[in-house]
Amino acid sequence: MRDVCVVGVGMSQWGEVWRKSFRQLFVDAASAAIKNSGVDHLDGLYVGCMSGGLFVGQEHLGALCADYLGMAGIPAMRVESACASGGMAIRAAMFEVASGASDIVMAAGVEKMTDCSGDDATYALATAADQEYEVFHGATFPGLYAMMAHAHMAKYGTTRDMLSAVSVKNHKNGAMNPVAQYPFEITMEGVANSVMIADPLHILDCSPITDGAAAVIVCTEEKAKALGKPYVKIIGSGVGTDTLQLCQRADMTTIKASTLAAERALKMAGKTIKDVQFAEMHDCFTIAEIVICESIGLYAPGKAGAAILAGETALDGKFPVNSSGGLKSKGHAVGATGVAQIVEIYKQLTGQAEGGRQIPGSPKIGMAQNMGGSGASSVVHILEVA
Amino acid sequence: MAMFSSRSWREYPQRYRLEASKFKKSGKTYYPPRTIDPSNGDTEWETVRLPEEGKVITYTVIRVAPNMWGDKSPYGLAIVELTDGTRVTVQMTDVDVEQIKIGMEVRLEFRRIQTEGEAGVLSYAHKAVPKWY
Repeated sequence: MRDVCVVGVGMSQWGEVWRKSFRQLFVDAASAAIKNSGVDHLDGLYVGCMSGGLFVGQEHLGALCADYLGMAGIPAMRVESACASGGMAIRAAMFEVASGASDIVMAAGVEKMTDCSGDDATYALATAADQEYEVFHGATFPGLYAMMAHAHMAKYGTTRDMLSAVSVKNHKNGAMNPVAQYPFEITMEGVANSVMIADPLHILDCSPITDGAAAVIVCTEEKAKALGKPYVKIIGSGVGTDTLQLCQRADMTTIKASTLAAERALKMAGKTIKDVQFAEMHDCFTIAEIVICESIGLYAPGKAGAAILAGETALDGKFPVNSSGGLKSKGHAVGATGVAQIVEIYKQLTGQAEGGRQIPGSPKIGMAQNMGGSGASSVVHILEVA
Repeated sequence: MAMFSSRSWREYPQRYRLEASKFKKSGKTYYPPRTIDPSNGDTEWETVRLPEEGKVITYTVIRVAPNMWGDKSPYGLAIVELTDGTRVTVQMTDVDVEQIKIGMEVRLEFRRIQTEGEAGVLSYAHKAVPKWY
């Protein structure tokens, strides 16, 4: 396989973006990525999107996006794996270039979640769980992660403060991100006193509903060099799956799909977790970031909460997590999230993170961990400076 | 969203009678029933009924619910491990939500779950009630 590089990135505004349509959010991010990279054409386009059909009544997204980018004619398709759709689009684009089939491919992600009622959005998101055996009985996504949280608290003594620390840290980072949906700091007391959604998760433990898009250009190293722009290499890609239903997993305090994805990505990269210096993680809920830190082998089971509370994953900690603000502060435009994570890793590795959130010490290797549903699918990428 | 009755009645054996599949080679029971045993690929199985007693192994209280559950919230939602080791995700009922805890002994009872879709299909299945109730 050929080496694959990321040579340019773009983001639309993230948040409740009333004035922009699904297609315009995509065009904003894609145009920014094309301009940022300097490429003059695309050999292919992958669009990660969880549910255009339920959020805006639109499917057939590969063609739609190519069309409004002014590139009708190019190969284009949509990739779906619930909230991991964006990361899977990255993987599809990466392998298309690695295989030799194409030289320059765009991986994008887009979700427009506020064109429907909050109730309809909740319904659309819940389709990532088992419709007949979880959602049917009244399960919601906060509810499923809440059950993971209670199990983790019972098994390891994880506390309210540990959960709150994830949110506080991510908002502190997000306050420095110009595209973040909620770019402000919050307090430990603020999280603990916010309205309860599904015990033990409060509203400030939960990522928001977000409109947004992100895009990256992946290409061969030869093309990246010719463009003369900063580029990084994708040195590892891994995917794992698990039972769709949370209750069917032997251990509900870990995300096995992410363990598998991380192992596979690290193996492909020829690295261990100790070689990785920072990560973007899928903090759809605070408990998720704690569980993922353990699932990918960064911390032993039951040890991540205390480490996060002690600041080990802060921007100036020994392993910064979610320098972008994560899903919690930056926003969670579900199908775009996995692509936005790669945007952040690219910016950090090339020293271009804005607003004072550049990780000190010029890190060389970063990881992006993205997952779908309650963890039935996960995709991990490892990126390294060229 | 339209709800077709075929989607509902297809699930009746599992939802109404707690039918599960028990595989010949591994002896494992799966609910809802599967036709391939994930542990070894076996496709020979028989239908068995799940036991109706078990205990809560984790839970939550849904306080902000989608509209269709709005009049029920707050409601308890639990993962119950039944006496044969299989697990189900079910609502808790006939209990003060503040009293739900891990380890609570429960019994499954046949209840109305929801009214689905524009057609208003009445859906029944099991909920968990505390054993002492």
